[in-house]
Formats: sequence, structure tokens, C-alpha cells
Amino acid sequence: MAKKIDETQVRKVAKLARLQLDDAEVAQFSTDLSSIVEYIEKLNELDTDSVEPLAHCLPVHNVFRDDVVKPSLTVEQVLANAPQRADDFFKVPKILDDNSGA
Amino acid sequence: MSDLQYRTIVGLEIHVHLATRTKMFCGCEMAYGVRPNSRVCPVCMGMPGVLPVMNKQAFEYAVLTALALNCSIPSFTKWDRKSYYYPDLPKNYQISQYDLPMSENGFIDIPLESGQVKRIGIIRAHLEEDAGKNTHTLGNFSAVDLNRTGSPLLEIVTEPDMSSPDEVRALAVELQRIVRYLGVSEGDMQKGHMRFEPNINLAITKDGQEYRTPIAEIKNLNSFRALERSVAYETARQLDEFTDRGITMQMGNKSTRGWDDDNQCTVLQREKEEAHDYRYFPDPDLVPVEMDDEWLSRIRADLCEMPIQKQNRFVSEFALSEYDAGVLTQIRSTAELFEQAVALGADPKKACNIITQNFQKIANEKGCTVCELGITPEKIVEMTNMVTIGQISSTSVSSIAVLSVANLSKTLREIAVEHNLIQTSDAGEIEALVDQVIADNPAAVEDVTSGGKKSKKARGFLLGQVMQRSKGQANPKIVAQILAKKLS
Ligand SMILES: [Zn+2]
Repeated sequence: MAKKIDETQVRKVAKLARLQLDDAEVAQFSTDLSSIVEYIEKLNELDTDSVEPLAHCLPVHNVFRDDVVKPSLTVEQVLANAPQRADDFFKVPKILDDNSGA
Repeated sequence: MSDLQYRTIVGLEIHVHLATRTKMFCGCEMAYGVRPNSRVCPVCMGMPGVLPVMNKQAFEYAVLTALALNCSIPSFTKWDRKSYYYPDLPKNYQISQYDLPMSENGFIDIPLESGQVKRIGIIRAHLEEDAGKNTHTLGNFSAVDLNRTGSPLLEIVTEPDMSSPDEVRALAVELQRIVRYLGVSEGDMQKGHMRFEPNINLAITKDGQEYRTPIAEIKNLNSFRALERSVAYETARQLDEFTDRGITMQMGNKSTRGWDDDNQCTVLQREKEEAHDYRYFPDPDLVPVEMDDEWLSRIRADLCEMPIQKQNRFVSEFALSEYDAGVLTQIRSTAELFEQAVALGADPKKACNIITQNFQKIANEKGCTVCELGITPEKIVEMTNMVTIGQISSTSVSSIAVLSVANLSKTLREIAVEHNLIQTSDAGEIEALVDQVIADNPAAVEDVTSGGKKSKKARGFLLGQVMQRSKGQANPKIVAQILAKKLS
């Protein structure tokens, strides 16, 4: 039987998540993810036609805060874990294309 | 030559920064031009384990704007995560709204050059958070400032109902006027409070056949000029591409372009194919929002007359020109100042001129509004009355305006008296001066009465003499009338 999540899909998802996987890991994840998806597919046996889609698992809504300023961190705290900085900025490898997410 | 006609089709996505004091999901201050990374906390920098909480003001501003755009407000809305990797988005996802936005199905009426109004559909408006800011000044590196990260943004998506650069500009300008009227955004383009992304293509009829060119989306335009020009450029470019190479719309040939302001053209942006695989899913950190009638009507109470309605009413009710009404309704407080002055008895046309030509000029120089100058409706009434009864000349109005802004506690009359700007309209007083001048200048009088070539010049000379003797305070209209009567 063909796997639910084949190796091409694993590679694509890994790329989207910026994960570097070797061939053994790709094969491993293909097996693992497929068994998870198969397990969850059991739910398809249920008739959910008359059930409202669930947007949130808590029976809570309208949790707001007032528009009141709270102290932020100091610039030194913000940049404390930055691998590189330039003055008060995070310094990161040059971004080539705008908002492409790739 | 073949017969070719085309129509431009444009839809707009607009991002509007909401004028809250704090960010969308944390208490960091919204501040512009401050030290980089000084308005950042664990929530907006995406630290693990933190919990975002909605800013109620931001949500209400968004609903108010959506109501002004005639949208329907569903009773249930929720938050989704939009995943992508970018250094200015520290969580690696943006909190946004996907399938259940907080508003949809509205419209905006935009004024056209012709004086007519065009209705543009609004597909939806939803709330999301902004990303940080990258600057590319470090060679092979970029500098990231997260102060803007997490700012509340309202994304408004229109139907593709616009058909020219002018209409696109008109919509952008109208939207700016609306958000400023509502007080939900400063709408300051320089500060990036409004960013535009037009989607453009052409419907072409050639030899009786219909064609569509591929849609191009132009990213991140932050001025009205760039918006207008990019649409004009893209129209011409797509027409050329069609006539030269016959390129038409296909599945998947939509492109993303950027605006190159230096060269005034759009440039193709290379995008990886998985770029739009955003993998939206409901944000488990944020609970949904339920809107009931009571809350909605409380928000609705903050609606005001929309600028275009005000503008049209100023034309029909006060007989102002389309242009004057447009200038006057640019800023809500200025339009209201005008209305209050008229309600107190000011002549509408004169009040309009005094506000738009005098006080507005001073306000522009100072970078504030007319009301912020401290000008009250009463002052406008006083000024229009002084002009109406001829106490001040129309030329001294601008000096009095400048002086009154510097001396807010004094009445305009006091200022005019103090600076000798009151003009005499008293016919008896003026007649005495005219008689003196006539007696003292027989040669000029002769030139006038003989009606020769020198007549006009001599008449001007005599008028000047009277004005001089009155120390500039005689009403020149009345001087001219009396002179004419005496010399006829
Ligand atoms: Zn924060």
C-alpha cells in the first residue's frame, strides 16, 4: 500500500519548516507521519454532518486587555540572545526577496 | 491595422495601521522613530510559552472602520496563524484571519474628477499583526528592528472594480480621509500607516475577441503617487506584452512585481513556488470573538458623517464649489469648524475662503490643523462679518489671520484697530477726502474729465491720493464710487 505521506511530501514540508533532513530521516518521517495520518483517519468513520466546526478547544471567548502601555524589555535584554547585532539592530544574513517566505 | 480596445481592471489590498497606544497582542508602546528594538517584549518577539491577549481598542477600531465601509460584521470571528519564515517575523507565523474575518461585503463611494461618485465593493476587512522592519544597509547583512512587530493592522480587500490610475488614487485618498475622520488611524503615508498592493490586469477586445492579460500584484506601495504611477505603468506594460507577444492569462501566471521609484517602473519579483503555502490554521493561543448587538451598537455610535457625504452636502446646502467643499472636508475638525461658524451666522462662501485660503495656509506651515491653531467658530464669524460690512478689506484678511493666531486672546477688531487695518466705509468721511484731493490736483482732474488717453491713469492717481490721505483705511470700493460720481 502506498504511504499516506510519501517522501516528496516530507521533503516539501521539511523545506517549508526550514528543516534539513538526510535520506534516512526522510524515510523515517515518511513512515512515522503516514502512521499518524492513518491513525487520525479513523475519525473519518464518524458522521460529523450535523456537528459545528470547532474554532477553539476552550469554551471561552472575548478575552481582551485594555489599551494600556506596559514596560517593554530593555534593548540589551532584547538583543541578549541575538547571534549577531549591529548597534541596536539584529544582524541577519541579507534578505533577498521580499516576504516570499522562501 | 486591427481593432483593439482595452479596459484596465484593478483591485486593491490596503494595510492600515490602527492608532492604538499599544500593540495588537501585548502592552508594548506603539512608537515611531524611537530607538530600535526598544518597544519589544517576549510576546511580540515570539518567545516560546508566551500568551498573546487581544487589544480591545484595536478590535473596536477595526469594527468601526468596517462599519464605515458598509461591511457586515459577523457575530463570530477567530484568529489564524499564517506561516512563513522571514527575519522580521520572529514567531515564523503571523497572527491573521483566514476563513472567518471580522467583516465582509461592504463598499466605499469614491469621488471622481467628473464630480460623480463611483461605488467600489469591499470583499472583506480583517485584523492582523504587522511584521518588523528590515534595513539593507549592511552589505551582505540586513538590520532588523522589531519595534513595529505586532502592531495592529487592518487589511482591506476591494473588489476589482477600479478601471484607471485616477480611480485607484481616489479610493486611496478617500480611505485616508475616512480613517482620519474616524480617528482610527493617523493615515500618515510617511510613517507607513497606509500601504497599498494593487492587482492589475487588462480586458482586451481585439477583432471582436475578448482576452485577459495575466494579473500582476504590485507589493508594498506607500505613496499615492507611486500607487497611481505603478498602475499606469503596469497598464502600458501589459498592453505591450499582449500586442508584442500575445501573452494572456493562464493558470498560475499571476506575477508579483515591485515598484522601482528611481526608474519609475515595475520590476518582476522572483518568488519560489512554495511561497504562498501559508498553511493557515486556527491559533490555539487566542480565543474567538463573539459580537453581540449591544456591543455593535455601542461601536456604531462612534460613526460620524462620512467625508464624501459631508462634501456633497456642503455643495448642495451651502453652494460651495466641488473643489472648495473637497478642501474643507479634508480634515474633520476643519469641516466642523466651518459648519459651526455657518450655524452661528457666518456667510458660507466667505467662511470657506477665510478658512481654506488663510487659516489653512498658516496651519499647513505649522504642520497642524486649523482648530489646533486655536481658531474658534466665533472668530470665523467675526471675520466674515467684518468683511461683509466692509470694515476690513479682503487684502488685509490674511494679515489679520496671521496676527490673530499670534494673539488668540484679542478680538479680531482689536487686532485690526491696533494695526490700522480697519477701513473706513463712512461715505461722509471719504467724500471730504475726495473733495480735498480734487481741489489739490486740478491737472489730474482735467485729464479725467477730458476723457483722453491719460484719463484712466489720472483716475488711478486720484484714487491713490485719497487712499494715502486716509492712511490706507478708506474702503477703496467706496472711494472709487464717490470719485466717479464727482468727476462724471
Ligand atoms: Zn510586545
